[in-house]
Amino acid sequence: MIDHIEDITAETLIGKVEALKKEGYRLVTMTATDLDAETVDLLYSFDKDLALMHLRLSAKKNAPAKSISGVYFAAFLVENEIREQFGLTFEGLVLDFGGALLLEDSVRPTPLCRYTVVEAKPEAPVAGA
Amino acid sequence: MPRTVVPFGPQHPVLPEPIHLTLHCEDEIIKEAVPAIGYVHRGLEKLAEIRDHNQMVQVVERVCGICSMIHAAAYCAAVEQILGIKPPPRAEYLRVVWSELHRMHSHLLWLGLYADAFGFESLFMHFWRIRERIMDVMEATAGNRVIISVNVVGGVRRDLTPEQQKWVLSEVDWVEKEVARLKDVMMNDYTVKKRTVGVGILSKEQALELGAAGPMLRGSGVAQDMRMTGYHAYGELGFEPVVETDGDSYARSNVRFREVLAAVDLVRQAMAKLPDSELATAYKGRPKGEAVMRVEQPRGELLYYVKSSGGKYLDRVRIRTPTFANIPPLCAVLPGLELADIPVVVLSMDPCISCTER
Repeated sequence: MIDHIEDITAETLIGKVEALKKEGYRLVTMTATDLDAETVDLLYSFDKDLALMHLRLSAKKNAPAKSISGVYFAAFLVENEIREQFGLTFEGLVLDFGGALLLEDSVRPTPLCRYTVVEAKPEAPVAGA
Repeated sequence: MPRTVVPFGPQHPVLPEPIHLTLHCEDEIIKEAVPAIGYVHRGLEKLAEIRDHNQMVQVVERVCGICSMIHAAAYCAAVEQILGIKPPPRAEYLRVVWSELHRMHSHLLWLGLYADAFGFESLFMHFWRIRERIMDVMEATAGNRVIISVNVVGGVRRDLTPEQQKWVLSEVDWVEKEVARLKDVMMNDYTVKKRTVGVGILSKEQALELGAAGPMLRGSGVAQDMRMTGYHAYGELGFEPVVETDGDSYARSNVRFREVLAAVDLVRQAMAKLPDSELATAYKGRPKGEAVMRVEQPRGELLYYVKSSGGKYLDRVRIRTPTFANIPPLCAVLPGLELADIPVVVLSMDPCISCTER
């Protein structure tokens, strides 16, 4: 249903994204979809002359994915959003909000995860308590 | 020199909606800007888990009050792709008409707010006076001023009678005449130009590199407008993107000003060619598959990703709004500016936080 889609692996991601940037592609966005208890589907969308092309990566929830924000700076925002909504962390994120871009502490962590909920970090002890 | 941190927003006179920028300044000069959002995030994408694909039309309409119709049209087009159906020709043309009416009222709203940001209140009132006529058109043709709810999966739910078409055309004629009257004061006034020309420059290379969208992109000389892809009935209408090359706040406002007039032209063209047909294509079953749909809403490229495995509810609805894409370019243009210019430059992006905080 989606044209021009290429499956990639974590190892080939950065090289492929760098190549697209050299070819003049603009990063449109990244889309995360919860697939199962262990995997998140990451769809990277790029545009050149109004034609879309996508890269698809199955990312494991228990390991950090590689950030493409070192290649496309604009990716920092969507990667921070995915981190908060899906609990997926990104290695090499150039501007890391540390989980505080969208969510308050009181919000359920990773609200868009359908299959698992990544546990919140325990709250820091209150001084004097 | 020691740096001072100046918080800009989330509540600020030029911001209709909350966004926060942490501005690191040396004296009055911005050295770094760090954005923060999340003040009014609604998590509408999550509602796909408990609303079926038809109910989601009403959900996505509420992503944004200014371009609700365009959100719904984009979502419906994505679901139609998955279902393998095509709306009837009349529905495609009517989607263009209401989309362009939305673009007109959105740009007029912004032009007014922008005038207010640099202290030109009478100009603000003139733009909003004109905008009211578009809101009246919306109410008369669709029953509501803002969330007009005309889209359904497969087409549209409302038609325009010949009398309504004639009246709408006379109204957009009036809008065109009134907007043209304001051109001199908006584009050639000494004070307006002093506040906007050469302020907040985003180069063509930066715009592409940082993923800018809409007038932010076209104001920097990139001739890219999703309507060029020909979705709905745009492919059958004469359309040229509005492009400016200077990349400053003035260029971005000029793009929007000219796009109001271009929208008037598109409404006329669509009305002239409005074909006779049904309003919606019937279909059976539930969507199964995935699709990406891109449209041009007033602030730029809007992307919908929809995935479904054929169940009652969709697996995923992802909405990438243009303001979300324009935040990194905004942060790139602020360093080097004087603190006093920040409100005008921030507003020149046309920040729609309702879209961003979907």
